[in-house]
Amino acid sequence: MKPFTRLDGLVAPLDRANVDTDAIIPKQFLKSIKRSGFGPYAFDEWRYLDHGEPGMDCSARPLNPDFVLNQTRYQGASVLLARENFGCGSSREHAPWALEDYGFRAILAPSFADIFFNNCFKNGVLPIVLKAEIVDKLFREAAGAEGYKLTVDLAAQTVTTPSGEAFAFDVDPERKHRLLNGLDDISLTLKFTDQIQAYEARRKGEAPWLFA
Amino acid sequence: MSARTLFDKLWDSHVVNVEPDGTALLYIDRQLVHEVTSPQAFEGMKMNGRKPWRLASLLATPDHNIPTADRDKGIADPVSRTQVETLDANCAEFGITEFGMNDPRQGIVHVIGPEQGFTQPGMTIVCGDSHTSTHGAFGALAFGIGTSEVEHVLATQCLWQKKAKTMQVRVEGELKFGVTAKDIALAVIGRIGTAGGTGYAVEFAGSAIRGLSMEGRMTLCNMAIEAGARAGMVAVDEKTVEYMRGRPYAPKGEQFEQAAAWWRSLVSDAGAVFDAVEELDAAAIKPQVTWGTSPEMVVPVDGRVPDPAHAPNAVKKSDWERALAYMGLAANTPIEQINVDKVFIGSCTNSRIEDLREAAKVASWAVAQNRKVAGNVKLAMVVPGSGLVKAQAEAEGLDKLFTAAGFEWRDPGCSMCLAMNADRLEPGERCASTSNRNFEGRQGQGGRTHLVSPAMAAAAAVFGHFVDIRVLAHEVMQ
Repeated sequence: MKPFTRLDGLVAPLDRANVDTDAIIPKQFLKSIKRSGFGPYAFDEWRYLDHGEPGMDCSARPLNPDFVLNQTRYQGASVLLARENFGCGSSREHAPWALEDYGFRAILAPSFADIFFNNCFKNGVLPIVLKAEIVDKLFREAAGAEGYKLTVDLAAQTVTTPSGEAFAFDVDPERKHRLLNGLDDISLTLKFTDQIQAYEARRKGEAPWLFA
Repeated sequence: MSARTLFDKLWDSHVVNVEPDGTALLYIDRQLVHEVTSPQAFEGMKMNGRKPWRLASLLATPDHNIPTADRDKGIADPVSRTQVETLDANCAEFGITEFGMNDPRQGIVHVIGPEQGFTQPGMTIVCGDSHTSTHGAFGALAFGIGTSEVEHVLATQCLWQKKAKTMQVRVEGELKFGVTAKDIALAVIGRIGTAGGTGYAVEFAGSAIRGLSMEGRMTLCNMAIEAGARAGMVAVDEKTVEYMRGRPYAPKGEQFEQAAAWWRSLVSDAGAVFDAVEELDAAAIKPQVTWGTSPEMVVPVDGRVPDPAHAPNAVKKSDWERALAYMGLAANTPIEQINVDKVFIGSCTNSRIEDLREAAKVASWAVAQNRKVAGNVKLAMVVPGSGLVKAQAEAEGLDKLFTAAGFEWRDPGCSMCLAMNADRLEPGERCASTSNRNFEGRQGQGGRTHLVSPAMAAAAAVFGHFVDIRVLAHEVMQ
């Protein structure tokens, strides 16, 4: 996994609540057996005027001029500013895969759906929960200034605006450590092999049918 | 020991290790596997030369991409076919039990787990699918995970988890005739919102929940995720124990009784404290119909499409306006005046035998009245949740009732719940659906979904618009 340390990134605002993972990456793209290449199809039904199918060359497709991410000023954005309950619905990890492949490394919202939130950390994408008032303020600032950037510092756990105003955010120490260092979860967990086996041995004695 | 919730008991019995920040390594008893969220996990296993930790904990079946008609012709879409064949190949390579596309036991993962007794009380159960919450109906801790975690469980039999907060949703009293577990689920979501359960493990309790069958409890827990909950669950009672008896993967003989004795302890202790409590009066719940593009956008069938002018705040107002535009609905339209183009009865929410029986009662009534699926309804399809549900329904003659009334009787799979196979809505088409999500594009790009119970969906098919099943109930549902 790509480590996440510090990001100085252009901000794109997506001003709607309850953005679900079906919207982030529609179902037809889930037929892929690969982990990469989802970026061109991120938000497919909002982003393009035609119907997208896997394998399509998106460079020739008609863009929806009303979709915010299609505006010239937001091209190259790596920070996504979002509203409540971002990433709700399906557990598809294709959603963070698509966002990451599109170029987003940090997502700021007042709240996230649990599974999506968790999936982000597995893919070098940092989901940041900020108070709704702060998110509101950032939406206003981002709309008001073309080229608006935010600095996200994971080690310091701060989001800093161009004017130097810094907002602190929470992150689990364990997740932070893994994201800062780009650590592979499975290798870390396998260091607990003895404990897992001891648990199984004890459990087998208590409830053998669980292991039938 | 102090009084513990059901969730506390399930959590405590699965903790392998706890880190200083409270993150726990949780042992996973069962993983269900399907074709959509597993290929990248298997690829990771192969790249790292890893083998599944415990094969007996795994059961696989293809469900999302599977055709529901002409299955003997195979899968027409080459991309879908590759995905299903990839699951077959991975299961064969790793030695994982798979109910393949033509196995009579194939079906939706969340239907076959319980049906096979693979899902058991007291277990931790995961699947790369958000509707894994379904299995919580058995007093199990069950939740959906992403593909990285699918791989993690394959390789280590464990997951790193932060303990969720607890919420009790207590539904007391008796449901009115024609009101179902689906209506409870939608009413709860309407009350607390699609993020109301975020961060919580929700236990459904109260006399109305105890009164539900196991299948009703599965419907309810299935939709816990639509309230944002990490998991939904119901305490074990004798219905749970009896449901388990004789299932292929359930413990047998003396071991069954030993297991059952433990299962019966899987209830929240008297005096256990929840972080949040919601109470609903069962008798006040009416049949529910969603009108918008989020499951929280729901009203009773005798209600009207809400008016954004009366939205509680600016964000909701713009959400409602956008939803009405997408749904092609005018504010204040009575729900019963909304016509439908298609009807879908199926999905991991409502495709079990009891669901099909409820819908078949409407079909049977229609046939007796010389009525059929209404002329404005282009397609009304019934998709059983598994091959065994299909066989049971056919043994009871339900298929004949459906087809006589003009419904299509299909083969099992996820089908038009998410439209990954050929079953889908065309742009602008409106559907009465027993599935779980009414998101934009969920059932097909531009498609408009209204979530309802099975009998409500069947009635909408016969009348061509939504009708209050309670008005028909005494005639139809006998």
